[in-house]
Amino acid sequence: MSLSYEDVIAKYEPVLGLEVHVELNTKSKMFCGCATVFGAEPNTQTCPVCLGMPGALPVVNEKAIESAIKIGLALHCTVAPYSRFSRKNYFYPDMPKNFQISQYDEPICVNGYVDVEIDTDEGPKQFRVEIERAHMEEDTGKSLHMGGATGRIHGADYSLLDFNRAGIPLVEIVTKIVPGTGKYAPEVAKAYVAELQTILRSLDVSDVRMEQGSLRCDANVSLRLIGEEKLGTRSETKNVNSLRSVERAVRGEMIRHAELLNAGKRVVQETRHFQEESGLTRSGRSKEQAEDYRYFPEPDLVPVEPDAAWIEKLRATLPEEPTKRRKRLQAEWSVPDKEMAAMINADALDIVEATVKLGADPARARGWWLGEISRIANEKEVVLSDLSIAPTDVAEIVALIEKGELTDKLARQVVEGVINGEGKPAQVIQSRGLKVVSDESALMAAIERAIAAQPDTAEKVRNGNIPAAGALIGAVMKDTKGQADAARVRELLLGHLGQK
Amino acid sequence: MITRSAHEMSEAMASGEITSEALTQQHFDRIAEVDADVHAFLYLDHEGAMAQARAVDKARANGEKVGPLAGVPLALKDVMVQKGIPTTAGSKILEGWRPPYDATVVTKLKDAGIVILGKTNMDEFAMGSSTENSAYGPTHNPWDLSRIPGGSGGGSSASLAAFEAPLAIGTDTGGSIRQPAAVTGTVGVKPTYGGVSRYGLIAFSSSLDQAGPCARTVLDAALLHEVMAGHDPKDATSINAPVPQVVHAARNGNVKGVKIGYVKELNGEGYQAGVRSCFEESLELLASAGAEIVEVSCPNFEYALASYYLIAPSECSSNLARFDAMRYGLRVGDEDGVSAELVMNLTREVGFGREVKRRVILGTYALSSGYYDAYYGSAQKVRTLIIEDFTKAFSKADVLVSPTTPTTAFKIGDKVDDPLAMYLNDIATIPVNMAGIGGMSLPCGLAPEDGLPVGFQIMAPAMQDQRLYSVGAALEAELLTKWGAPLLSQIPALGGAK
Repeated sequence: MSLSYEDVIAKYEPVLGLEVHVELNTKSKMFCGCATVFGAEPNTQTCPVCLGMPGALPVVNEKAIESAIKIGLALHCTVAPYSRFSRKNYFYPDMPKNFQISQYDEPICVNGYVDVEIDTDEGPKQFRVEIERAHMEEDTGKSLHMGGATGRIHGADYSLLDFNRAGIPLVEIVTKIVPGTGKYAPEVAKAYVAELQTILRSLDVSDVRMEQGSLRCDANVSLRLIGEEKLGTRSETKNVNSLRSVERAVRGEMIRHAELLNAGKRVVQETRHFQEESGLTRSGRSKEQAEDYRYFPEPDLVPVEPDAAWIEKLRATLPEEPTKRRKRLQAEWSVPDKEMAAMINADALDIVEATVKLGADPARARGWWLGEISRIANEKEVVLSDLSIAPTDVAEIVALIEKGELTDKLARQVVEGVINGEGKPAQVIQSRGLKVVSDESALMAAIERAIAAQPDTAEKVRNGNIPAAGALIGAVMKDTKGQADAARVRELLLGHLGQK
Repeated sequence: MITRSAHEMSEAMASGEITSEALTQQHFDRIAEVDADVHAFLYLDHEGAMAQARAVDKARANGEKVGPLAGVPLALKDVMVQKGIPTTAGSKILEGWRPPYDATVVTKLKDAGIVILGKTNMDEFAMGSSTENSAYGPTHNPWDLSRIPGGSGGGSSASLAAFEAPLAIGTDTGGSIRQPAAVTGTVGVKPTYGGVSRYGLIAFSSSLDQAGPCARTVLDAALLHEVMAGHDPKDATSINAPVPQVVHAARNGNVKGVKIGYVKELNGEGYQAGVRSCFEESLELLASAGAEIVEVSCPNFEYALASYYLIAPSECSSNLARFDAMRYGLRVGDEDGVSAELVMNLTREVGFGREVKRRVILGTYALSSGYYDAYYGSAQKVRTLIIEDFTKAFSKADVLVSPTTPTTAFKIGDKVDDPLAMYLNDIATIPVNMAGIGGMSLPCGLAPEDGLPVGFQIMAPAMQDQRLYSVGAALEAELLTKWGAPLLSQIPALGGAK
C-alpha cells in the first residue's frame, strides 16, 4: 500500500538539489563553427572538431562565453575573473573524444540565487534557491538504440549515433542544497525551473524548451527525519521533460524514499529515470561509488579571463529581472494576484505589455489576450505568440471599442478575421462590414420601425414598464444587423418614449 | 642534385637548371633505391607530389611569383594529417584511416608550393626515441643501418640524411625533432610553443607538442620555419604575434658579443666522451668567433625528466581515449552480438603498442582522484620551477647551449627492454618543451670513438627563435670552414648519392 504524501511530510523533511542543463542558442557550436539547428538530418552538422578526429582542436565560441556570463549575472552570481576548462574523462559511444570539455574546479559563475514565489496555505510565499555554480560545457552526441523493446541500450540490436548535438554549448546551473521547503518541495522545484526558464528566455540565450531538450533538469531529492541535521541519501532523477514532471518527479521520489525508510531499508544513491506515463522513476546508474573522471585542465584551451569592463557592459544589457518586472506591472496595471498568475501561466506578460505600450487599456488588453484570443489558441492547440495576431492589432481593436466604433461582439469577429489571415483589423472591418451604426438618424429610423411593429410594447414602456424595452431594443439590433451600440439604442429608445 | 640544400635546389629551379617535376622524380628514384634499407617512409604519394611539382613548374613558366621553397620536395611526419592520405601516427590503430582534412601546417606547405613526397615513420603516437615503437617496423640510421635514427621523428631525419628529401616536418614533445637531428647529423628546430599551429597534429601531449622544421642546413630550416609558422585561429594556444625573423637571422649568422650560456647540468656525467669533446670544440669555435661564453646553472632540470613522464602520459591518456574503434581506424572483433565496449577493448589490445599502453596506464593512474595532486599537480609545479630556471639563465645569457643528446646513435634493440634508459636520451631536450621555449639541434662533429654524429643544442627564450638561427648559422659556418665540406658528405652507407 502506497504511502500518502501527508504521511511523508508529517515525518520527513525533503532536501532538494537541482541541476539544470541549458543548451545555448548560439548559431555555432561551443568549440567549432558547425551549425546548431534543432532537428536537422543526422550527422549533417559536424566537422573534424566536433567528431573528435585525430589532430582536431577546440576553439572557444566567444558568444557562448557571453551568454554564460549573462546567465551568471541574471542569477546574481559572481563572474570569475579567471576560469578554466577541464577535461572530464569517461567513455561513451556518443562522446567523440571520450572526454567532455567542461569546467571543474574553476567555473565561470559562482554563488548566486533565484527567488521563487509559490502559493501556500498561508498565501503567496517566497523561497530563495541558492545557486552554487553555473559552468560551461559541450553537449554529447545522441544515441538511438534500435530493435529493443524499451529503446534502452540493453536489449537493443544496434545503436545509431547522431553527432549533430555533439559540441552544442551548454551551461549547467547547479543549486546548493535547498532545505526548508517542507511539503512545498515539489512546487518549489517546479517554480524554480519555471523561473529559470523565464529568466533565460528574457536573456534570449536559449530556447529553453524542455520537450526538445534545450532545458534539461536533474532533480536530486533526499529525505531526513524532521529535526535531523544529517542529510539523507539522495537520488538523482533524469529525463524530466516538463515543468509538471519536475513536480511529479520530486513528489514521487519523496514517497518512494519514505516507503523505503519506513520499511527500514536504505535509499540507494543512483540516477533514476522519470517515466512520463506512470509518474514513477526507474533505477539507472548506481552512484554508490564516485566515478573518477580524472579531471585536469584542458591543455588545448587557454583560461577564460573576461575583463571587468566587458562584464559590466554585459550587465548593462540585462533586461529587468522577471520578478521585479512582474511586481511592477502588477502594480501599474492594478491586477489582482489570481489574474496576474493566470497571465504568467499563459506566458502572456510580454504580449500584454506590448499591447499596453501601444496605448491599450491594461484591463482590456489583458481581457482580450486571456479571453477570446486564448480561447482560439487553445482550440488550435498553439501558444499565443504562434497566432497571426499582434499586439498592434489588439491595441487597434481596443482603441476602436473605446471610440465606440466597435462593440465587443463586433470586435470578436474582427479578432477572428485577423487570426484567419483576412488582414489588419481595418481591412477585416471593411471587408466584413463590421462598423457600428453610429448614425443617430439611422438608429432613430430603426427605432421608429420597431415601435410601429410593436405598438403595444411601446405603450407598456411609455407607462413605465422599462424592462419591456428589451424586446424593442432587440428588434433594433436585429434591424441594424447587430452593428449598433445596444446601450446607445436603449438610451435613444427610452428618451423617445418619454422615460428619461 | 639531391645532395644539395633545399635553398640551392630552389635556386636551380629558378634558374631553369631543373624542373620541380624532375627534382621530385629524382627523389622518388632515390627513395626506391635506398628506402628498403632505411625505411624512412610509411607512405609515398607519387601522384599527388608529381601533380604539385607540375603545378609549380607551370606557375614558374608562366612567370608567376612563387615562394622561396616552391617545388622543393618534403617528407611529412605521419603524425600530421593530410587530406585523403593515409595517416597512422605510427600506430596500428589508425591503419587505413584517410583524414578528411588538412593540418594547418599541411595547408601552408601546399600553399607555398612545397611538394609533399609522403609520410615518414615514427614511434607510435610520437612516444619514443628510436622509431622502434613504430607499429610498422623501425627506421634505420643512414650513418649505420644497425643503429637507430632517433625518435620519435626518426623517419623524417633519416630521410634527410639518406638524401631522400631535402626538407622534412617533425614534431617535438620532449625532443622528437632535435634528438633524431642530432643522431643523424641533420638540423632540427622545435619552435616556441604556440609558434606553429597544432591543428591537425595528432596529439600526444597537447601542452608540449610542437611541430617544427627538419633540414640539412640552418638556412633551409629557417626557410621552412617561416612557411610553417604564424597565428592560427583554429588553435587556441597559437600565439598571435609576428613570426620571428628566422630567415633573416639564418642569413646573417653572427655571435659577436652574444652571450652564450652553457648549462652546467646538461653535460658531464652520463654524457659520452666524444659527445662532450665535439660540444666543447664547438664552444671554443663560438668563443673564437666573438661570443662570450658563460656558465649557467639550472638546478631544477634534475626533475624535468620525472615531471615530463607524468605530464606527457597524463595528457596522452586523455588524448588517446578517442581511439575506440567507433568512428575511424582499426576495428577488431566486430561480430554479431558483441558489445561496443568489447570491440573497443579488443581493438586497443591489438591496435596500441607496448609503449603506448605503458604511458596510457601511467597517465590514467597519475590523474586518478587521490593521486592527482601528488603526481600531475607536483609535475606542473616543477614545470614552473624549470621556467624560472630558464628565466634566470636568460638574464645572464642570450642563448643557452648543451649537447642535444648524451650519446650518439645506439644499436637497434639495445634499449627496447629498458624504458628508463630510453627515456634518458631526452634528458637535455625535455626542459625546452617543459618551458615552451625554442630549441635547435645542429651537427657539430663525429664522435671519435664511433664516428657517429653529435648534436649541438641551442635554446632561446620564448618567441626569440631568431636567436637559434643567428647562433646556429654562425656555428654552422665555422664548422664548415673547419671541415671543408658538410658533415653529411662523410656519410658512409647507401652507395654515394649525387
